[in-house]
Amino acid sequence: MAAKGEVLDPREAYSRLTARKILFILIGLGGLVALVLVATSLGSANISVGDVASAVVARILPFLGLQIGDNTDAIIWDVRLPRIVLGVVAGAGLAISGATMQGIMRNPLVSPFTIGISSAAGFGASVAIVLGAGMVGSGKYLVITNAFIFSLLAAFLVYGLARTRGMRPETLILSGIALMYFFSAGTSLLQYIATEEEVHAVVHWLFGTLAGATWENILVITVIFLACLPFLMKYSWDLNAMVAGDDMATSLGVNTRRVRALSMAMATIITAGVICFTGIIGFVCLVSPHITRMIIGADHRFLLPCSCILGSVLLVGADLLGRTAFQPTVIPAGIVVSVIGVPFFIYLILRTRKEYFQ
Amino acid sequence: MKMQINGVKFNYGSVPVLRDVSLGIGGGELLSLVGPNGSGKTTLLRCINRILKPRKGAIMLEGKNLAELDLKALARCIGYVPQNAPSSFPLTVFDTVLLGRKPHVNWRLGERDKAIVFNTLRMMELEDLALRLFNELSGGEKQKVLIARAIAQEPRVLLLDEPTNNLDLKHQLEVLGLIAGLVNEKNLSAVMAMHDLNLAATFSSKIAMLDHGRVYAAGEPGDVLNAENIRTVYGVETIVKNDSGRPYIIPSNTNGKNNAGLNHRSPAVALKE
Repeated sequence: MAAKGEVLDPREAYSRLTARKILFILIGLGGLVALVLVATSLGSANISVGDVASAVVARILPFLGLQIGDNTDAIIWDVRLPRIVLGVVAGAGLAISGATMQGIMRNPLVSPFTIGISSAAGFGASVAIVLGAGMVGSGKYLVITNAFIFSLLAAFLVYGLARTRGMRPETLILSGIALMYFFSAGTSLLQYIATEEEVHAVVHWLFGTLAGATWENILVITVIFLACLPFLMKYSWDLNAMVAGDDMATSLGVNTRRVRALSMAMATIITAGVICFTGIIGFVCLVSPHITRMIIGADHRFLLPCSCILGSVLLVGADLLGRTAFQPTVIPAGIVVSVIGVPFFIYLILRTRKEYFQ
Repeated sequence: MKMQINGVKFNYGSVPVLRDVSLGIGGGELLSLVGPNGSGKTTLLRCINRILKPRKGAIMLEGKNLAELDLKALARCIGYVPQNAPSSFPLTVFDTVLLGRKPHVNWRLGERDKAIVFNTLRMMELEDLALRLFNELSGGEKQKVLIARAIAQEPRVLLLDEPTNNLDLKHQLEVLGLIAGLVNEKNLSAVMAMHDLNLAATFSSKIAMLDHGRVYAAGEPGDVLNAENIRTVYGVETIVKNDSGRPYIIPSNTNGKNNAGLNHRSPAVALKE
């Protein structure tokens, strides 16, 4: 924010603004670490934040020789941390996908969910649950691989349709929305013919939860996320240019078709990688970039990393709330995120003076 | 600095928009493209900028064919000022102008890039707006910011698509004066699509009048903007006064009555030519 009324050298003001953005990132990271420690300490067994910290340090830096009770160590590392770390990586992944898609489509209403990727994942999972049919794998992996493959399939379809019209954002969005309806209808049809037990499983999957976390899941998501992150960061300049319109971006030397296709591919793979393990957690994608833009503006060099942090905080926070608020009942994070997030988001929209999209 | 447009043709589908356009422009020259709607002004700009690919012909910049440059190298030579820019997301004026440095940087900004942006902002008296959001500015301010971005790009050729669109009289004069000054000072070649003939006559060193994708007339404003050319190309009767070398155009018979001259050329005839 520019200081009002105060006469300030623009250079000074700009470096202050940049410093504030970096500070925001650092505070966000610190807050995330604190949240993770607190979230890990809360639960049915009584563990202090200090225990959590030393248990984590003890495993990461074994040469320090910290002594932790086996029981505490097991609860922290096998039960609580996987769920919370999954929240961190999944939140970050979903948020960066949303920010990227909103940038390349030049539309703040877009997310991997509004363009059909999640409905396709839901359909894939339903096919596996109800028909027991899948493309690859078997048993519990069938649902995961099916969800992943159908997400990619949807993205390919959207991409193929949009390509015929020169990859314009309008075509991408419209074909995505059409596919979303198609796959939702498919899922409904499967639920209609399924047994009660299967319907229950499908509905459960569609909620989206961090309950199924394992270190293997986390590793897969983290590898995908870290592999895409440098490329998306590299594209942040191109995204800034593309927000100003395709003609403008082209005249600034951006190959808009390539950037749009590759960013969309990466955003899709990250989203698919996350939701095939968690089920559909939608709101994080849409809302993290928005909140970040309200706070630090739309420069993608800062928007992408800040959205990631915010996405992690949102998802871990939502899961924490869902786990602890109505004990012993656990509410899936996917539901909590929307129930808590929507009023908060509406509050932000109403509070912000500025019209920040037309 | 010399740009030569040689026999450029362009079709939108099967509809020819540019049919064999050839023009030349030197350094320190401001060339205005005038002509009725649909005569190909914007399309020609977009062809120069490679947003569109001409079907035939070549555009040479100092003897180099622009079609052979990669997009980034092209962006270092040519700056483009669009009619307006969508502003869906909040970007500060500084960051908007900073985008002009994009063709020159890989990812990290140098001090030089920031210095260029600050100097450009100061030169254009936009310093006070540096941290305001682009989408909250007035039309005139936005136009100046878009020009500033093209200047920060340090191009040798400046393309402007109706830069005075949506501006009030004061801002029209201010923006065009600024462009003419920059062209002169930095020895740029500027090509500008314009609707207002009087403004074009006042600020341009050369004018090309386009008609159905062809150059109908090109040269000094005084040679191109005469009642006869305007009658043929626009089908409008005008009185052209010539004060101190710059033509001044006043439409006559604006009420549409008693204008024998206006109707001598029906639209159907115009299309055949």
